[in-house]
Amino acid sequence: MGLGIGGAVVPSIFGKAVAAEQLLGALDVAFKKRLADAGLNAATAAGCSYCDVRVGRYLRQFVITRDAHIENVVNTESTGVGIRVLAGGAWGFAATNDLTPEGVATAARQAAAIAKANAKSQTSPVQLAPTPGLGEVSWKTPIKKNSMEVPLKDKADLLLQVNAAALGAGANFVNSLLFLVNEQKYFASTDGSYIDQDVHRIWAPMTVTAIDKATGKFRTRDGLSAPMGLGFEYLDGDKAQKYVSPNGVVNYGMSYDMKEDAVAAARQAREKLSAPSVKPGKYDLVLDPSHTWLTIHESVGHPLELDRVLGYEANFAGTSFATMDKRDARFQYGSPLVNLTADKIAPGSLGGVGYDDEGVKTKKWDLIRDGKLVDYQTIRDQAHIVGKTESDGCCYADSWSSVQFQRMANVSLEAGKSKLSVADMIKDVENGIYIVGDGSFSIDQQRYNAQFGGQLFYEIKNGQITRMLEDVAYQMRTPEFWAACSAICDASDYRLGGSFFDGKGQPSQSSAVSHGSSTARFNGINVINTARSLG
Amino acid sequence: MTILTEEQARAILTKVVAMSKADECTAQLTGSTNGNIRFALNNVSTSGIVDDSELGVQVAYGKRVGIATINQFDDASLERVVRRAEDLARLAPENPEFVPAVAKQAYKPTDTFSPTTAAITPEYRAKVAADSITPCKNEKLIAAGFLQDGQSFVAFANSNGNFGYQRATSLDYTCTVRTEDGRGSGWVGRNLQDSTSFDAGDEVQTAMRKAAASADAKALEPGKYTVILEPAAAAGLVSFMMNFFDARQADEGRSFLSKKGGGNKIGEQVYDPRVNIYADPWAPGAAVMPWDSDGLARERTPIVENGKVMNLDYSRYWAQKQGKRAVGTPGNLLMSGGTKSTAELIAGTQRGILVTRTWYIRMVDPQTVLLTGLTRDGTFYIENGQIKYPVKNFRFNESPVIMLNNIDELGKPVRVAGDESSFVMVLPPMRLRDFTFTSLSDAV
Repeated sequence: MGLGIGGAVVPSIFGKAVAAEQLLGALDVAFKKRLADAGLNAATAAGCSYCDVRVGRYLRQFVITRDAHIENVVNTESTGVGIRVLAGGAWGFAATNDLTPEGVATAARQAAAIAKANAKSQTSPVQLAPTPGLGEVSWKTPIKKNSMEVPLKDKADLLLQVNAAALGAGANFVNSLLFLVNEQKYFASTDGSYIDQDVHRIWAPMTVTAIDKATGKFRTRDGLSAPMGLGFEYLDGDKAQKYVSPNGVVNYGMSYDMKEDAVAAARQAREKLSAPSVKPGKYDLVLDPSHTWLTIHESVGHPLELDRVLGYEANFAGTSFATMDKRDARFQYGSPLVNLTADKIAPGSLGGVGYDDEGVKTKKWDLIRDGKLVDYQTIRDQAHIVGKTESDGCCYADSWSSVQFQRMANVSLEAGKSKLSVADMIKDVENGIYIVGDGSFSIDQQRYNAQFGGQLFYEIKNGQITRMLEDVAYQMRTPEFWAACSAICDASDYRLGGSFFDGKGQPSQSSAVSHGSSTARFNGINVINTARSLG
Repeated sequence: MTILTEEQARAILTKVVAMSKADECTAQLTGSTNGNIRFALNNVSTSGIVDDSELGVQVAYGKRVGIATINQFDDASLERVVRRAEDLARLAPENPEFVPAVAKQAYKPTDTFSPTTAAITPEYRAKVAADSITPCKNEKLIAAGFLQDGQSFVAFANSNGNFGYQRATSLDYTCTVRTEDGRGSGWVGRNLQDSTSFDAGDEVQTAMRKAAASADAKALEPGKYTVILEPAAAAGLVSFMMNFFDARQADEGRSFLSKKGGGNKIGEQVYDPRVNIYADPWAPGAAVMPWDSDGLARERTPIVENGKVMNLDYSRYWAQKQGKRAVGTPGNLLMSGGTKSTAELIAGTQRGILVTRTWYIRMVDPQTVLLTGLTRDGTFYIENGQIKYPVKNFRFNESPVIMLNNIDELGKPVRVAGDESSFVMVLPPMRLRDFTFTSLSDAV
């Protein structure tokens, strides 16, 4: 349906708990090829017209802290093989954790039997867009420090220092975490591809709480980091990656200073306790990339997933207002300034890989050009529906045991072409609000009506940031919101935000995706006041 | 060998606990078989069966804890998993909030298992899909839905002599039906432990009726309205609120149940006096395991009684620190009501809005549990006791705390599943005054 509730993330769903030393190392490529060939040969012998085999080893580490202590360390590993086949024009899928050629061949035959059973009720045969056989190739997230090789003690020490910094700066409570992911994925297909990939991701979220005991009021400020497709170097705190706003709020690019942000979070959480409540009405919103990523995700990324447009997600995630007739008519999705692209290649992004989970080389393409809807996100069995001759490379499975399907690429707002700083953008705003960080989010099942909060809100009056505001949320209708985009800062302000846990499908699968933007301005947006009284 | 008998499970667990040389050891065995079928655009899209089983071992040396898991149960594997947990515990930092394993508990079994549900076959699932799709095709409607059924067992033992074993089943069915032109949409959901009474052909009629009836929706101005929330519509709001009944959060001053100046609101009137919410692992038709995730025995626990907060959820650590008795964390959420059906509540409504389902509910302000979300798949205007016409969907910004102070009437409770809640829930349909809709949605 979209992003999950943060607190509902349960590490144990990702696999078996293992010892830290087992997070190092990888399966031998020759061994994986033997397993894959066993599956491909068995499927071909069973009469399948196509087969792909994914040998996956998924490693995750979670370090979870509360105030002055480590609450939990969880290491998980999940290894196995997923086999997908086409027989009689229908898909079949089976998965096994039996890592022997015989076990994989048996699973391939099961997949073939399921495909043949499904073929009986299939109304139109699956059509696969062609993709070239690539031979033996490999790809690795370009990391500098493998998070799995950093000693656990260093991670624990870092988080405890972060917590101490927040508590020392006036926080009453702080929770900080590290989520580290390494997907070792081997893909082979009857098209002649053998693709070995080593994918790394990192996320370092925190929540800082300040309390006014006398009034019973409490406020939180979440960290301003982004989950990234980077190694542990993301936490080096490289000063060159700091982005300081005109009123001194520090945001981060490809490197994060978690301790510095913890101190700021503590001070800002306390400041929120006495900040004035917003007066509802129309405002020009100046949105930092740490906020905008989520608005892009919900109002552009999801509605332009072709499976939603076609109706395959109708019972859960929903459908889309951006129907195919709108693509054909070059529907005006936003102002002419708005250019939104999809990609699976951006350095440091969560979606960045060499090849997708059906062996398609990844790329970048336009979704919205000069404000007009021009394209969707597709995989191999959808490309022909929108008149394309190749897949966009959007296929992903969250485990060897899950069947791969269409997932969101990185969808990003292109930076403005003219030189424009955040300070210069704000100078032109008479009555506005500057929003930093992501907060509450909700959107309808066709992606028209959305509401977003944030972490920090600042009033803009006559070109100046004046004071912090509280109780702010804006409501929008997707095409009107993007039509209200009146300025976008240049590429020097461009940063990525993203989600580690984007949910979709039944049974639900989770994927990670980034969204880039520069600070952008949206004129005349409806802001509501969210303060209530419980009496 | 996914579903073990009590004897098989006890034999493995006894062996594991005896192998451990740590100060204490808890071992848990779980196994499940889940089947599913998914359909969309009046066609089956995917179907599958997932078997899973796992042994988890948690040991402690003093306040140092180690956890390891394995999915093979021969003696060498059992030995390996115990030693690995012990190795991890020796390396772990001390947890200042460590609480020893639970003492021997007395569990009274609950009725969580249905042989009928456990016997569901791939053919049964295919029939559910066909029974949902065929009537839709005949009426030129489009069905998309999902059936998931399963059986499971949980068994555990610890070095204090505690032991538990029980089996469970569940069935969850949802179906969204849309008109061919995309202007109408209806939904139905059924969540059951015993599938005996389930008939997809009957259920889908509700979604079909609402799909056909919801085309030609009129736009009403957003604002405060009397609403009837069907139980499925109320579930998302009420269950969201129950996540904030944690005693520690309240005592620490970061909950809507914190008191000004310190402490929590146990004993205070927080809701309308007609609100009664409780947990009961033995509840007929909504039974849950007789223990929580720590192995602590569950009890019938009043949570809200006549609008007063009676109990908060104390972790064993927090209970010990606050000098409270820890009881098992609730697994179900049962709200009392009246005797009227949703249809009877409609008949007694002068003017109001009927909400079939709520969607994408998220927290806006934890201080007041202000939630936002949308109506979906069947929203209707009621006048003089009758549904007059469909209305466009709304976004709401409402706190369940405020909502449960604005009760007009409660109907007869029924079992429902929430989109994003793990509680087994029994909730009444409810007619509420002054429910806050803040904008219109064009979504169907």
